[in-house]
Amino acid sequence: MQKRTPLYDVHVAQGARVVDFGGWDMPLHYGSQLEEHHAVRRDAGVFDVSHMCPVDLEGERTREFLRHLLANDVVRLVEPGKALYSCMLNERGGVIDDLIVYFVRETHFRLVVNAGTAEKDLAWIRAQAQPYGVAVRERRDLAMLAVQGPNARNRAVALLAPADAEAALRLDGFFGRFVGSAAAPWFVARTGYTGEDGFEIMLPAAEAAGAWHRLVEGGVRPCGLGARDTLRLEAGMNLYGSDMDENVTPLECGLAWTVAMKAPRPFVGRGALEAQKAAGVPRRQVGLLLEDKGVLRGHQKVVTPAGEGEITSGTYSPTLERSVALARVPPGTYDRVQVDVRGRLLTARVVKPPFVRYGQPVIDL
Amino acid sequence: MSNVPQELRYTKTHEWVKPLPDGGVLIGITDHAQHALGDLVFVEVPEAGRSVAAGEACAVVESVKAASDVYSPIPGEVLEGNAGLADAPEKINSDPYGEGWLLKLKPANAADVAALLDASAYARFLEATA
Repeated sequence: MQKRTPLYDVHVAQGARVVDFGGWDMPLHYGSQLEEHHAVRRDAGVFDVSHMCPVDLEGERTREFLRHLLANDVVRLVEPGKALYSCMLNERGGVIDDLIVYFVRETHFRLVVNAGTAEKDLAWIRAQAQPYGVAVRERRDLAMLAVQGPNARNRAVALLAPADAEAALRLDGFFGRFVGSAAAPWFVARTGYTGEDGFEIMLPAAEAAGAWHRLVEGGVRPCGLGARDTLRLEAGMNLYGSDMDENVTPLECGLAWTVAMKAPRPFVGRGALEAQKAAGVPRRQVGLLLEDKGVLRGHQKVVTPAGEGEITSGTYSPTLERSVALARVPPGTYDRVQVDVRGRLLTARVVKPPFVRYGQPVIDL
Repeated sequence: MSNVPQELRYTKTHEWVKPLPDGGVLIGITDHAQHALGDLVFVEVPEAGRSVAAGEACAVVESVKAASDVYSPIPGEVLEGNAGLADAPEKINSDPYGEGWLLKLKPANAADVAALLDASAYARFLEATA
């Protein structure tokens, strides 16, 4: 049984090409994935990301629980509203999921986890939460819109009452806040998955279609998951299930910066990560820029002077008009690799992601 | 609804064939195919002089999302690949039966073209597989 978001009928009415995405019927594009991509880089676009799952954690010991559960350290969340990106690891150091945690108040944190992993995440979180007496509440009653692009915030605040709009515009990056009525509040956060400024908005499912239509009437372009993928890849952001999974540690997929090891804090997976560090991390993530003509794709073989690796995500980059990829390769010092593209070895340059930020290339072409 | 011009011949793998007065044929992908693939970003066309068999992969079209082979509907010798697509693969999206042609072929047997699907047969095939 395919799952559908509260906006499914809206997508169909707007001409979306609907595809299966981890068990969900989701819009791939509304006509042109390329135009949607450019709209986000140059102006503003809106994505339905209601397939992602908000999870509320409540209880006196919530912070202590999260310091156990997550590889990043919520001790960094000092001011209410602050968000943190983190991996949730298994005992082997493998990534169960990557998520964002918002600090609402000391007895209430909100997670947003991926759609395809939500069920296993919840089972894991509930099992881990029990000794801490933390209540775990899945918020499938909420829809989620990502409004992204240089003009996204200004357009999105048209949905809010004047005082709320002003407060939302004052949010710093990676901060969020509740706005609207206390009975059915919206949560507006200055976060995203595109490499552009913007908001992610969680709101009651029944209000999602109205908000969507008002955004579109205000000049925000509907964008599908196709553009979301090319945007996040240009921004050098990992996709769960492609660039990492339960058999990959954060140290092997470019996420070492999200693992907080300094404090003597016994989080799940820490022992495995320390052992891997001591033994030497066998694989690392790099960015690739294709120098030859063609398109890099996931699962293509990468040949390096230090041995073979694999592309984990690859695409044509609409902003760079070149092909880029994330790859997992053996450690070593080399600045060019060969990629097996449909039987031919093409040359790619090793670069440090991101490829694009705030509408501009950030690598040398 | 996909555009299926009357004067062309078609395959079930969504290529079209257009006979030319000089005995050659143009080959491309149909409107249905370009729509299903989405925005095209890279095209690889064959070199002149290459012999292709019926059903042999003779070109590659890549959309933002994926790469797809294009199969030669009939056997023959490649006369020309459409060099204009290298810098403008989007022509396949905007004009699949015109500027978006992929290759020109000299058929091994002129009669092979007539054996392909005509427009109404291809349109029925599209409806049946929709």
